Amino acid sequence: MEMNFSQHISGQFNTDLEAIRSHMMAMGGLVERQVANAIEAITSGDTSPADEIIRREDDVDRMEVAIDRECTQILVRRQPAASDLRMVLAVSRVVRDLERIGDEAQKIAFHALEIGGSANSGFCQQAIRYMGAEVCKMISGALDAFARHDVDGAIDVVRHDKLVDQQYSAALRELITYMMEDPRSIGQAINILWILRAIERIGDHARNISEQVIYVVSGADVRHSSLTEMEERAHPDNAAED
Amino acid sequence: MPIIKDHKTDGLPFSDSPKLKARNVNVFYGEKQAIYDVSLDIGANEVIALIGPSGCGKSTFLRCLNRMNDTIEICRVDGQILLDDDDIYGSKVDVVPLRARVGMVFQKPNPFPKSIFDNVAYGPRIHGLVEHRDELHEIVENSLKRAGLWNEVKDRLHAPGTGLSGGQQQRLCIARTIAVDPEVILMDEPCSALDPIATAKIEELIDELRENYTIAIVTHSMQQAARVSQRTAYFHMGQLIEVNPTDLVFTTPQHSLTEAYITGRFG
Ligand SMILES: Nc1ncnc2c1ncn2[C@@H]1O[C@H](COP(=O)(O)OP(=O)(O)OP(=O)(O)O)[C@@H](O)[C@H]1O
Ligand SMILES: [Mg+2]
Repeated sequence: MEMNFSQHISGQFNTDLEAIRSHMMAMGGLVERQVANAIEAITSGDTSPADEIIRREDDVDRMEVAIDRECTQILVRRQPAASDLRMVLAVSRVVRDLERIGDEAQKIAFHALEIGGSANSGFCQQAIRYMGAEVCKMISGALDAFARHDVDGAIDVVRHDKLVDQQYSAALRELITYMMEDPRSIGQAINILWILRAIERIGDHARNISEQVIYVVSGADVRHSSLTEMEERAHPDNAAED
Repeated sequence: MPIIKDHKTDGLPFSDSPKLKARNVNVFYGEKQAIYDVSLDIGANEVIALIGPSGCGKSTFLRCLNRMNDTIEICRVDGQILLDDDDIYGSKVDVVPLRARVGMVFQKPNPFPKSIFDNVAYGPRIHGLVEHRDELHEIVENSLKRAGLWNEVKDRLHAPGTGLSGGQQQRLCIARTIAVDPEVILMDEPCSALDPIATAKIEELIDELRENYTIAIVTHSMQQAARVSQRTAYFHMGQLIEVNPTDLVFTTPQHSLTEAYITGRFG
């Protein structure tokens, strides 16, 4: 049947839904830059971006509150259903994860300032650089998947989260080795530990965002499910054909 | 011609414990077909909501379920409608007791120009359900209580029913319907003339009535369908497009037409 259902009868409703989506994307863009700058501050030893990150964290918080208010307005005024309802709920959940990512970026910035002066220590630099780049890609991958309703793109992000988790465990083992060899390094190592932990958490939040893509597109709530479960539930049609 | 050729209703149109079964129902007004090959179960003690755009045939279908369409001269129904496995269109069926078993509440409250008491007593009297006046009293009181109206009218049972507020009148009509102890209650937009508070009371009542009755309700309010029903059936231009558990219909409808309708995308 040839029918076009892309538009609501209410033009304002279209506009409102479009607005939360694009505001979420803008917030995502800012958060992604925050993370990239934080990683840069750690790996380059140049701590000058750190102050900027800490200052911009307020913007991130404000955006979360504003977008969440827009979502509430839509719920109250339009009582959205089906894909519209899923979209509003998903945006509201995603901005929460973006805000948490912002927090983690800020934590990294604080640690960057703390270790900045001291002669760093190549502790886990490789891992930080690698994991940092990875989670930045995950954030943009998840937001991209959201914009394009791309379930496979979202699942790909989840796959990367597993890699980041593995990297994280390996880096912890490396750190412990340093600490055992030279107890004077413990102070420094603990800072690095917190940074690694923050990066790992950012990966988890990017994963959460991807799960919302699957929710929006297929209606399946795949929070707390394994990668295989997720693939099955995101593509119920494929499963049914077997 | 139906708009979708060879459509098979999506979702779960059938029930494990059906009270009413519609099978391959087609309805015509003269030459014009209003319902196309609809098959649907209405389960015992379930509230099923019938939704869809204006003119899609909700009322027409609902009226088939107690042969209300018989009153429309040009209307012809074919297919089967079974109440507890008995064909209600069977040649030996008398529609008067049938309509007592399958009662109906209309869009606009329509109390008779009689007292509150007589409005409720009307059915039991004509169906010969009572022998003594005391018994009648008891039925009237019970029905008004079950309709949640007793406390508001017990001191003026002999005042005219038409003197009640709209919401009270609708509950009076529900009391009148349940006074004959029906098995199924059909409701055609029962709240469309009521304010939110009266509506909330009726919805509360529907939920309570479900314990003892099977209910089919036509509504234009998506929120109402979501609040009161366990399953929702979506009609579109005379075809039954999809039937699914209500929570599913409003979060992840199966058919794109259902989605388009409930998200307000029909222009
Ligand atoms: N008495 C009648 N005579 C002729 N055609 C009728 C009659 N009643 C309904 N129809 C036609 O049958 C179709 C279905 O009407 P019906 O009243 O069942 O729709 P509905 O879904 O209940 O609409 P609404 O939401 O506006 O009440 C419409 O095209 C209508 O014009
Ligand atoms: Mg109607």
